[in-house]
Amino acid sequence: MSNSSDTSKTSVEPYSTNDPSIRAELSEIDRSIRSASIFFTTSAILWLLIGTAFALIAAIKLHEPGFAAGSEYSTFGRMRAAHLNSMSLGFGNNIIFGVCLWIMARLCRSPIRHGGLLLIAGAFWNLGVSIGIAGIVKGDITSVEWLEIPRYATPLLAISYILVGVWGVMAFRFRKGEHVYVSQWYFLGALFWFPWLYVIAQIMIIWAPAQGVIQSVANWWFAHNVLGLWLTPMALGTAYYLIPKVLGRPIYSYYLSVLGFWSLALFYNWAGVHHLIGGPVPVWLLSAGIVASVMMVIPVVVVAINHHMTVVGLHREGWRSPTIRFVVFGAINYTAVSLIGSAMALRNVNEVTHFTHFTVGHAHHGAYGFFAMILYGGVYYMMPRMLQREWPSASLIKIHFWGSALGILLMVFSLQIGGWMQGLQMNNPEIAFLDIVQNTMPWLKARSVSGFLLLVAHIAFAVNFFWMLFAAGSVKAKQTPTLLNPKEEGVA
Amino acid sequence: MKSLPLLFLGIFFMLAFSFTGIVLTSHVQFGSLEQTTETLEADDNGNFVLVEGEPLYPLLEGGLALQGKEVYIQMGCVYCHSQQTRRQSFGADVDRGWGVRATVPRDYISQSRVLLGTMRTGPDLVNVGGRLQGDGGREWHHKHLYNPQITSKGSNMAPFSFLYNVQPIEGEGSKDAVAIPSDSPYAPPAGFEVVPTRKAKALVEYLLSLKINYSLPEAPILD
Repeated sequence: MSNSSDTSKTSVEPYSTNDPSIRAELSEIDRSIRSASIFFTTSAILWLLIGTAFALIAAIKLHEPGFAAGSEYSTFGRMRAAHLNSMSLGFGNNIIFGVCLWIMARLCRSPIRHGGLLLIAGAFWNLGVSIGIAGIVKGDITSVEWLEIPRYATPLLAISYILVGVWGVMAFRFRKGEHVYVSQWYFLGALFWFPWLYVIAQIMIIWAPAQGVIQSVANWWFAHNVLGLWLTPMALGTAYYLIPKVLGRPIYSYYLSVLGFWSLALFYNWAGVHHLIGGPVPVWLLSAGIVASVMMVIPVVVVAINHHMTVVGLHREGWRSPTIRFVVFGAINYTAVSLIGSAMALRNVNEVTHFTHFTVGHAHHGAYGFFAMILYGGVYYMMPRMLQREWPSASLIKIHFWGSALGILLMVFSLQIGGWMQGLQMNNPEIAFLDIVQNTMPWLKARSVSGFLLLVAHIAFAVNFFWMLFAAGSVKAKQTPTLLNPKEEGVA
Repeated sequence: MKSLPLLFLGIFFMLAFSFTGIVLTSHVQFGSLEQTTETLEADDNGNFVLVEGEPLYPLLEGGLALQGKEVYIQMGCVYCHSQQTRRQSFGADVDRGWGVRATVPRDYISQSRVLLGTMRTGPDLVNVGGRLQGDGGREWHHKHLYNPQITSKGSNMAPFSFLYNVQPIEGEGSKDAVAIPSDSPYAPPAGFEVVPTRKAKALVEYLLSLKINYSLPEAPILD
C-alpha cells in the first residue's frame, strides 16, 4: 500500500475545489440529475405534509377518543399506519432519492445517464406508495408493523425501488478517479441493504408466511434495520458530505470513519430483536440483540467524535448556515438517540419502556430528530445548486428550524417522561389500568402540541420550497446566499 | 476501500451474517414446531411422547373467530393491544391477570398472521377469552366496542359504534340487541336498539377465542 498516505488524505474531503474546470464538471453532474432530484424532493415535501396530517389525527385520537371516530376509515390503527408509511416510504425514500443520489453522483464524478428514466422510475415509486396508503385507509392494512402496505402494492414498490437504486450503484460503478469518500460507502451499503431486507420480510411474513413467531423475528429484523441500515447510513453519509463541504475543512479522521462504517454495518444488523424482549422467543436470540444494541455505542461514539472534531471551533459560522444548523442538530441527536436506544435494550430498562409511549418517542427522536433534520440540511444545500437561485426567505428557514427542533424535543420529552411513568405504573399491579390511561393524558396532549409545531415548520418549509421553485423575479435576482444571521454576516 | 467488488462483498457479508444468525437460525431451531398434549409421558424406550387420548394444543384457528381476526387486522387493533404474556416477575403481566403463564413460540404456531404487538395503550389480549367468557363476556365486548365508556369509564379507546346499527325496535326487538341500560348516557333513543353488524359479531367471537388456558410441556401453568 505505497499510496496509503495519499488515500487517507484524499479520502477525508469530498471532491471540491475552486478550479473552474472541476466546478464545471460538478455543475454538469448537477444538470444531469436536476429534473429527477427536483421531482423526488417535491414528492418528499408533499408526502411530509400528508404524513403530518395523518399524524395529527392519530395523536389527537389518543386523548380525544371521540375525534374522527365515526367511520372505519379513520381508526387509530389505520391513521397511525398511514402516517408511518407516508413518512418512511413517501417522505423518507423520496428525500433520500433526491439528495443522496445527487451526492453520490457528485462524489463519483459521474453524470447520471438517462435522467428521464430515473424520473419515470420515481413516478412509479410514488404511484406504489399512493396505492399502498389508499389501501391502508380503505382497510387492506396488514397490521404488520412497518409492512402495513397491502400485497397488491408491494411488488410495484420493490421493482420501482430497484430501478431507482440501480442509478446509485451505476454511478459508483462508473466513477472517475481513485477517490472514494466515506459517504459513498454508506450510500452503497444502504442502497443494497434496503431491497434485500424488504424482499425477505415481504416473503417471510406476507407471501409465504413462516410459522408462528418466526414472522415476528423477521418483522423486527426488518423494521429495525429500516432505521439502522437505510435511514441511518443515508443520513450519516449526507452529514459526512455536507459538514466538510460547507465548513471547508476535511473530516477529522479517515480511520475513525472506516471504523464507524464497518462497526455500524456489523452491529446494527443484529439489534432489531430487542423489540421482542420478554416475548415468546428464545432467550439466546434476545441476548444476541441486546449485545449488538450495546455494541452500537462504538459506531455512535466514533461518528460523534469524527463529526464533532470537524465542526469544533466553527460553531458560529455553522450556525449561520441553514445547512449546518440542521445537520449539526441532527448529528447531536444521532448520538443522543443511539445511546438512549442502547440503554433501552438492557433487560431491566426494557421491562419498563417496552409497550409504552417511551418507544414511540424514541422512534421519532431517531427518524425525525436525526434523519429528517440532516436530510433537510441536504435540501437546503442542494436546491440553490440545482436551480441557480437562492432560498427566498431566511425567516421561513428559521421558522422551519425552530418549529422542527422545538417540536421534536417537546415530543421526545413528553412521550419519554410520560412513557417511563406509564411503564413503572404498568409494572405495579396495584395501580388500576384505567388510572394509568388517565395519567398519560397530559403527556399525550403535549405530544399533540408538538405535532402542531412540526406542522408549522413543515408548512414554512413547503412555502419556501415552492416559492423558490416557481420563483418570482425577486428571488431570481437575489445574488448572495441566504444566511440566518445577516447582522453577523455584515461584521464578518 | 476503493474496490467495488471488495466493498460489495463486505456489505453483503454483514447483512448475510445477521440474516443467518437471527432469521435462519430461528427458523431452523423453532420454525417447525407441532401441536402437543399438555404433558408428555415416557414410552418403553424412555422417549417422551404425546399422551394418548389427550387433546392437542394450541387449538387451530377457524370459523367465525378467524373471520373476526380479519376485522381485528382491518381495524388496526394491534397498534394498541399486544398479544403476549411476559414471564412472572418480568413486568406485571401475570400479576395483572393478563395471562396465567408466559407465552412461548408454540402458542402461536397455528396463526397464519402473528399479532404480538409492541404497544399497550390498552391491555394485553392474548388471554382475554380467559377473562371474559360466554354470554356475559360477549355482552361486555359489545357494550365496550359500541362505546368503551359504558364499561370502562376514562378509557381512551375510540368507540367502534360504526360496527353497530341503531335501529327502531320492531315487535319483540332483535335477539342480538346490545343490553345498554336505558339510563346510560350512551343508550339509544327510546324505541331504538343497538344491533351488532356481522363484523362486530365476528370480532367479538375472535376476542372470546383468545385463550391461553392450557399447559404446554415447556410452559406449564403453575398454581
